[in-house]
Amino acid sequence: MENDIASLQGDMLKFARIQLRDDSAAEDAVQEALAAALSNRKSFESRSRLKTWVFGILKNKIVDIIRDRIRSPSVEEIPEHAYDDLFDENGRWQEDTRPADWGNPEKSASNGQFWQIFELCLTRLPENAARIFMMREMLGLETEEICKELGISSTNCWVVLHRARMGLRLCLNERWFKSGGGNAEL
Amino acid sequence: MLNCKEATELMSQRLDRELSMSQKIGLRLHLMLCAGCRNYGRQMDFLRQVSRKFPQRED
Repeated sequence: MENDIASLQGDMLKFARIQLRDDSAAEDAVQEALAAALSNRKSFESRSRLKTWVFGILKNKIVDIIRDRIRSPSVEEIPEHAYDDLFDENGRWQEDTRPADWGNPEKSASNGQFWQIFELCLTRLPENAARIFMMREMLGLETEEICKELGISSTNCWVVLHRARMGLRLCLNERWFKSGGGNAEL
Repeated sequence: MLNCKEATELMSQRLDRELSMSQKIGLRLHLMLCAGCRNYGRQMDFLRQVSRKFPQRED
């Protein structure tokens, strides 16, 4: 069981680093989560249950740290008109920006390379936009909770999430799906 | 009639809140006519799915 925990440490660190963008805070969060796991190790007969549980603790620690850290992120971090070029003057997709079919994107999720690109795309988002996106989608918080924690209106929260998704989609499209990653044989 | 830009906003918001009836209908009508936005909508669902898997991924 100690070995299992040690091997999870790398995954946990990666997960914490990408959300916190601060190595020492990430290490602290992981250490605390692992300490809690070790003190309860007898109750886990399988590695997969341990992993789910230990990541659950880690998520809570990350949320606590983020709560302390950001109070009022700027909605304008991704400017209002950042993605206007994708649309023509009538708000329709341009010929070359109209979203193409990604085929069967689900199979990318079992490809390690895809996850590297996904991580890269997340880190290319502006910091607070990425954080709000991750609070929503990885930590699974409700939009209302996020807005309340951060002291911004629901409308602003939706705007930030929309722009973050737009940016993430564009990046994945360019770096993975357009270059054939979606069709890569596994 | 919704344009694509507005449709993308609603396709993000529907992941975060319940749309109003008129927004739902407007979006549905737009999607019937717009393959680009249908693709966009599926891609938004995919983003949600993979983000949920991210903590548990194996690489």
